[in-house]
Amino acid sequence: MDPMAAIRDVFFQECEEQLAELETGLLRMEDGADDPDTVNAVFRAVHSIKGGAGIFSLDALVRFAHVFETSLDGVRSKRIAVTPAVMKLLLRAADALADHVRAGREGVAAEPGKTAALVAEFAVLNAGPSAAAAPPAAVAAPVAAPPPPPAPVERIWNIEFKPLAVLYAKGNEAALLLRELGQLGRLELDLNTKSLPSLAEIEPEGAYLSWTARLHAECDEAAVRDVFDFVDGDCTLSISLQPAPVARPAAAEEAPEGFEFEFFPPSAESSESEPVSEPVAEVPEHHPAAPGPVEAMAAKAETSSAVSATIRVDLDRVDRLIDLVGELVINEAMLSQRVLEAGIARASGVAMALDELEHLTREIQDSVMAIRAQPVRSVFQRMPRLVREVAAQTGKQVRLLTEGEGTEVDKTVIERIADPLTHMIRNASDHGLESPAKRLAAGKPAEGVVRLTALHRSGRIVLEVADDGAGINRPRVKAIAVEKGLIAADAQLSDEEIDNLIFLPGFSTAAVISDISGRGVGMDVVRQSVTALGGRISISSRPGHGSTFTLSLPLTLAVLDGMVVSAAGHTLIIPLGTILETLQPRAKDVHALDNDLRVLALRGGYVPIVDVGLTLGYSDQRIETTQSVALLVEGEGRTKAVLLVDAIHGQRQVVIKSLEANYRAVPGIAAATVMGDGRVALILDVDAVVSGTRSDAPREPSLLEAR
Amino acid sequence: MSKTVLTVDDSRTMRDMLKHSLVAAGFRVIQAEDGVHGLEVLAEEKPDVIVTDINMPRMDGFGFIEAVRRDPANRAMPMLVLTTEVDAEKKGRAKAAGATGWIVKPFDPVKLVDAIRRVTA
Repeated sequence: MDPMAAIRDVFFQECEEQLAELETGLLRMEDGADDPDTVNAVFRAVHSIKGGAGIFSLDALVRFAHVFETSLDGVRSKRIAVTPAVMKLLLRAADALADHVRAGREGVAAEPGKTAALVAEFAVLNAGPSAAAAPPAAVAAPVAAPPPPPAPVERIWNIEFKPLAVLYAKGNEAALLLRELGQLGRLELDLNTKSLPSLAEIEPEGAYLSWTARLHAECDEAAVRDVFDFVDGDCTLSISLQPAPVARPAAAEEAPEGFEFEFFPPSAESSESEPVSEPVAEVPEHHPAAPGPVEAMAAKAETSSAVSATIRVDLDRVDRLIDLVGELVINEAMLSQRVLEAGIARASGVAMALDELEHLTREIQDSVMAIRAQPVRSVFQRMPRLVREVAAQTGKQVRLLTEGEGTEVDKTVIERIADPLTHMIRNASDHGLESPAKRLAAGKPAEGVVRLTALHRSGRIVLEVADDGAGINRPRVKAIAVEKGLIAADAQLSDEEIDNLIFLPGFSTAAVISDISGRGVGMDVVRQSVTALGGRISISSRPGHGSTFTLSLPLTLAVLDGMVVSAAGHTLIIPLGTILETLQPRAKDVHALDNDLRVLALRGGYVPIVDVGLTLGYSDQRIETTQSVALLVEGEGRTKAVLLVDAIHGQRQVVIKSLEANYRAVPGIAAATVMGDGRVALILDVDAVVSGTRSDAPREPSLLEAR
Repeated sequence: MSKTVLTVDDSRTMRDMLKHSLVAAGFRVIQAEDGVHGLEVLAEEKPDVIVTDINMPRMDGFGFIEAVRRDPANRAMPMLVLTTEVDAEKKGRAKAAGATGWIVKPFDPVKLVDAIRRVTA
C-alpha cells in the first residue's frame, strides 16, 4: 500500500475517534462541566482533525474546523461564555464536522448550505468583545508563501550577529545559523572575540562571541532574516545592504584577534561545516555533553523504547488466535478424557498436572476473549446525535443519559447491537416520549429523559433503554392485535403479555405510529436480530411512567452455553438460551393432529412437538413419547415448541465452529463443535427447527396462551 | 551515523506522517504520544533533536519543553515546535518555554527536514 494512502486511512480512523471524543466532551460540558481538561480535550479533538486534514489538503474541512476551533479557543480562554445557545451551536457544529469528515473520506463536497449557516453563527460568536480570531484563510493557506523569487543581481549583505546567552539556552547554535546563512550565497565571516574575558572570569553559560558577516547572494532581506527567525529576540542582529556592489575589500581589514572563514554554497557542505564547529567547540558554554562514540552506538543499538501503551492489531490475527485457543480448549478436554479412560487415578501426578493445564487453558481463553472485548462506548457515542436529530424532527425535548459506557463486550457483539440499539433509542425518543405540551399537562417536565444503560449480569451484557414517557397504551395494543388477527378477541392476557405483543411480526405497522414504539420497522425486527445473537429482549411498562426495554446478550459469539442431548444416537447441542424448561411428557398430553403433527397439552395450551431425530433425518422411526425427554424451547418471534430427544447429558460450554465454513450449510444445524472425546457434535438451529412446525399453517393464537 | 529524532504528538496521523517524512530523509525516529510519554522516552533515549506538538493531553508542548529544559542533561537539546498556529503569540510562548524553533503545520517534508538541519549539527 502506498504509505500516504495508509496514513490517510489512519487519519480517518483517528477522525472517528476524535469525533467521539468531541461528542463526549461536549456532552460533559452540556452537563455543566467547565474544567480545563474537558474543554481542552474538546479543543484538541477539533485541532487534531484540522491538523491532519491540512496534510491531505481537505480544504473545506480545514476551514470549517478552523472556525470551530477558534470558537472553542474562545470558550477555553473564557472569552466566550457557554450559554445553552452556544452549547447547541457547538453540538451542531460537531455534527457538521462529522459530515465534513465523511465528505472528505468519500471525496465529495459537504453540503455548503449547512456549513455556511454555522460559519455565520460562529462569526457572530467569535466577533465577541475582543475580535482576536485570526482570519481563516491564513491557516487554510499552505505552510508559508513560497520563497520570493531571488533578486536577479548579487548583493552584498552586511550582517552583525551577536548571540545572547538565552540563544544557547534554547538549544540554538550560532554555528548552525551561520552555516544556514552560508547556504544563501558566498559568505565571509569575521569572528569577534573582543568581549571574551580571561579564562578566570568566563561565565560558563555566558555568550561572548559575535560575528560580522558579509553575504554575497542574490537574495532579499527577508531571506536573510528568515535564517535568524528562530533566534529573533535572542540575539542582536543588524542586517544592511552594502551601498554599492564594490569588490570585496573587507579581507584586508581583518581584526588582529579575528578569524575569517569563508562559506561556500551547498555543494561544499562537508568541508564548510568543519571550520565553523571548531571555534564553537572552544567555547564551553553551549557545548552539550555530547555522547561519546561508544555511548552513541549503544543508544543506537537499543530498540526504540517509544512503545505506546496500546497496539493496533489486525482483527484477523486476533480471530486466528481465538480459533487456536478454541482448539486448545478442545484438545485439553480430549486429553483429560483420554487420561481418565486410561485408568489413571485422579490423585496421580498426571491428573493433577492436567488440572493445572485446564486452569491455564481457561485463563488463556479468557485473556484472548478480553483482547476482543471493547467498551460499548463506541456504540453509545452515536446515540446523542441520533437523539438530537429525532428531537429536532419531532419537536420533542429529549435528554439522553447514558450509564456504563465502559462495559466491555466482544467486538462482534458490539458491531451487531448498534442497529437494534439505534432502533430502540429512536423509538423511545420518537414514540415513547410525549410531546412537551402533553408532558406538561401530565405534570412532568417538558424535557423527556431517555436512559441508556449497560451492565454485566451473570456472564451476559444487559442493555436497557428506558424512557419516562407515557408507557404502553395497553387497550390500544390489544385492540390492534385483535384487529390484525394475532390474538383471539376474547383472549385473556396479562399486562406483560400485552406489552409483549408489540414484538410479534406483523404487529407494528404505520398505523400504530402515534402511541407505541414502532414505526414501520417493527420491534419484531429488533427482536429478531437480538435473538440471532443469542440474546433476549423484554419490556416492562408503567402507564404514565414510561417503558423499559431490556436486552440481554452473550458476551461473546465464540463460545456457547449448550445442553448436550442425544437424538437417535447422535450427540447434539441445544443452545441453553433457547430452552425454557425440560419435562417428561405424559402419553395422555400428546395429541396427534392430522398432518403428522403432534402437539403437547401444556398448561391449558398446545405446543407443537418436534421429533428431533426424525426432523434431522437421523431416524425414520418416531420416537416413543414416553421414552423421551422433552425440552420446551422458544424460537424467533416467541414461537414455542417441544423438542423430543433420547436423553439429556448435561450442560457445557462449547467452542463454536462454523459448519458452513468447514463443510456447508445444513438446514436445522447452526454450527458444530468438537467434544472432549474428539467427536464432532452439531449445534441445533432451534429457530429453523421450530419454524418448521408452523411453515404453512397460520400462526395459532394458542401459542401465545401456552405460556 | 543517522540522527535520531524524537517526535511528540498525540495525533496518530501526524506521528505517521512525521515518521514517514523523517525516515525517508534518513533519520532514525522515535515517537511519543504526549508530554508525559515524551519524558518517559527521554529517560531511555538521547535523541539529537525533538519535534513536539503543542496541544496534547496530559502534558502539552509548553510544559514538555520546560520539563526537558529543566533536566541538566537536555538543557541544550534542540526542540522544534509543531504548530498550526501562525500567530506570533504561540511562537512567543513556545520560545519563552525554551523551544529552539518551530515548524508550521501542515508541514512540507522538505521544510521539516530543513528546520531540523538548522538546529542540529
